[in-house]
Amino acid sequence: MTNEKTLTNGRAAAALLAGGIGAMTLGLMTVLAVASAGIKTALTWMNSVGSLSGKTSVAVIVWLVSWVVIHQLWKNKEVKWGKVMAVAFALLMAGVLMTFPPFFELFHPE
Amino acid sequence: MEFSSREIWGSLHGFIFGGLYLLAFSGGLLALYSLKTEWMTVEGLKNKLAILKITVWGMAAVMWATVITGTYIIYPWYRAKPPEGTTELSEFARSFLLANPNTAAWHNFGMEWKEHVAWIAPIAATVVAYVISVYAPKLAAEPKIRKALAWFFIIAFITAAVAGVLGALITKAAPIR
Repeated sequence: MTNEKTLTNGRAAAALLAGGIGAMTLGLMTVLAVASAGIKTALTWMNSVGSLSGKTSVAVIVWLVSWVVIHQLWKNKEVKWGKVMAVAFALLMAGVLMTFPPFFELFHPE
Repeated sequence: MEFSSREIWGSLHGFIFGGLYLLAFSGGLLALYSLKTEWMTVEGLKNKLAILKITVWGMAAVMWATVITGTYIIYPWYRAKPPEGTTELSEFARSFLLANPNTAAWHNFGMEWKEHVAWIAPIAATVVAYVISVYAPKLAAEPKIRKALAWFFIIAFITAAVAGVLGALITKAAPIR
């Protein structure tokens, strides 16, 4: 049970940063699957769904693992909120950008 | 009036979950915005926090249900390959769209963006729900955390809205039957 009086901003920072990491991972998997046929095949965890199954599963796994790890490191700490949020939002927006077809198609091998 | 199982799943994915999501989002964002100590009594704050927690966890749950049903139930129907030599493609939405240069962009841009960007929404909604639950008692006095949560909340909504609107338009161009 978290004591309200001793609650630092570390838990919130860890959760939001992990959210950014998850979004970024999804975007990165999307770009990598376009750039490499081998990676696309490796990400095809279910034939009926294609590489989307692996891309989204990897993103969810990385998100949850990074959340647990950062949470353990920061749960009782007061972190530099502005800096952490700048990184979290940059990752989140990069993730959104990398799922945008005109962007990820730039990485399609000719 | 009859619905196929595919149409029922499509409606559940798009209209039911989508509608619930919109309701939860608007309620949640309003509650988060108005969560200021100077605007409330202690009792009012308690009630608002209880409603906010239910709303944001509901929103996250609906988003997970939406992307999971979309990806693992509906998407396989959408991308199913027609048997060799098939010329009637109306039951194979992806092939139907790609067969015509005038509709190919619905897949190449619309579905390609929708299927990926939609997954950002439940991730963002879940972290917002978690932070609200953990920080609830002191959230009203934490404007920096509230502001960050509001932005995550808005980005979750925008990504879900992009996916929802594209999904509706793609379904109109090539219904899943």
